Amino acid sequence: MASSADKINSRLHLTFLELTGRRILSMLRIVGGVSSLAINSVRVLFTYKLAGNEVVQQFVAIGNKSFSIVTLISFFTGLVVALQLSVGLGRFGLKLYVGTIVGLSIFRELGPVLTSIMIAARVGSGIAAELGSMVVTEQVLAIEAMGANPIQKLVLPRVIATTVAAPILTTMANAVGVLGGMLISVSESGVTPKFYLDQVSKSLILEDYTSGIIKAAFFGFFISIISCYEGLNTYGGTEGVGRQTTKAVVYSSITIFVSDFFLTKLILYF
Amino acid sequence: MKAIVEFKQIRKTFGDKVVLEGADLAIYKGETITIIGGSGMGKSVFLKLLLGVFKPDLGDVLFDGQKISDMGERRLSRMRRRIGMLFQGAALFDSLTVRENIAYPLREHFEYSEDEISEIVRSKLEMVGLPGTEEMMPADLSGGMKKRVGLARAIATDPDVILYDEPTTGLDPANTKRICNLILEMQKRLNVTSVVVTHDMDAAFSVTNRLAMLYDRKFGFVGTSDEARSSKEPIVQNFIRGEMETGDG
Repeated sequence: MASSADKINSRLHLTFLELTGRRILSMLRIVGGVSSLAINSVRVLFTYKLAGNEVVQQFVAIGNKSFSIVTLISFFTGLVVALQLSVGLGRFGLKLYVGTIVGLSIFRELGPVLTSIMIAARVGSGIAAELGSMVVTEQVLAIEAMGANPIQKLVLPRVIATTVAAPILTTMANAVGVLGGMLISVSESGVTPKFYLDQVSKSLILEDYTSGIIKAAFFGFFISIISCYEGLNTYGGTEGVGRQTTKAVVYSSITIFVSDFFLTKLILYF
Repeated sequence: MKAIVEFKQIRKTFGDKVVLEGADLAIYKGETITIIGGSGMGKSVFLKLLLGVFKPDLGDVLFDGQKISDMGERRLSRMRRRIGMLFQGAALFDSLTVRENIAYPLREHFEYSEDEISEIVRSKLEMVGLPGTEEMMPADLSGGMKKRVGLARAIATDPDVILYDEPTTGLDPANTKRICNLILEMQKRLNVTSVVVTHDMDAAFSVTNRLAMLYDRKFGFVGTSDEARSSKEPIVQNFIRGEMETGDG
């Protein structure tokens, strides 16, 4: 009895190890594939003519897709952060400092991260689904067969547009978030709008803004390159498109949170 | 006769699966050759090797005497300008009009003015029997029309070789006949080399000079239509009669 239980245990153990090993290998494969696509994109940027029109079109599409959702999310984030702070700081009689903390938290962290999460959900999924559909209908193969470079035609415009759009959308999210915080500060903490805005502007330095913007640009790059990679590696028809789209959003979101720590550390170091 | 495409002792594997092993084939200038074979026998791999999208593990694929695997990106692009391909599902770009689809390879390889591009697009559409459809979107076209626009795009750069991937799959008998006639017409009018990959034996016999059959990971049979009909090979006879078991199960 004991020996068969041991056997089952060791088999389960092996299966667990096997599964973990497979997961790690698959993760490494993705990291390798995304890195290789990123390196190729940089190479193509310097060796092929950039499709300027396509970059502008993608940029406009990203703006249109993300503007309303980013505004909505950042406005409510500003509201809720100010609300929580007015309760928390109120315990110590520090309600007057709500503006300072709202400004710092939104500019340094919440603005870039939440905007990028929204971009991953809205734009990353769109990129993966569009490229995935093009793969399964052989449109990507057609681009290659006609002597064009799919990275130049499909990947670069999306990567450049997303990398540029993310900081711009973050700037907008910062402003809207601070305004949302102002509404709550005025109603809950009893400060005037001018006092709140003075506090925000006095407590923020340029580095608070630039650190968030730099992170947003990196996040935009990660989202677009991961989504392009997943889209271009679609197989298995329309079911495959759905699978790759989910992967693109999940991996982009994970990358945003993981890289956020390292980028913050790196920026603080410099 | 001079070969424009040569497969020499090609081996191609994907993981543990050997798709082609010691495959040899010469395709001569101006001929129409049909590649037949069951599903999963390597017909798509053959096309991708010819386009230089896949590289062989062993052996050489030659286009006009040049090794495709030795070509850099620029040379590969120039070679692909000389090859037109009609895809199984036409593979038209959904977001572009018929005109822009056909203009795509022209913009890629030439510095034509807009007027010149319009003129080329008009003449190619006329050639495939679809004049005046320049501003239509692919979504507005029927399956047969999509294939014909795909063919117009394939011949836009006046290629030396046209590849047809399952050109009649999914078409009704009238459109199948129309596409077969177009393949014959292209050969007659443009004097191109045509490589047709198909399951459709009626279509194959109606357009082809030679047949090459993929089985046992190589071109197990290569010969004229008459030689195929009179072949003693049971596998060839079974495939022609539609009795061969394929990878479809």
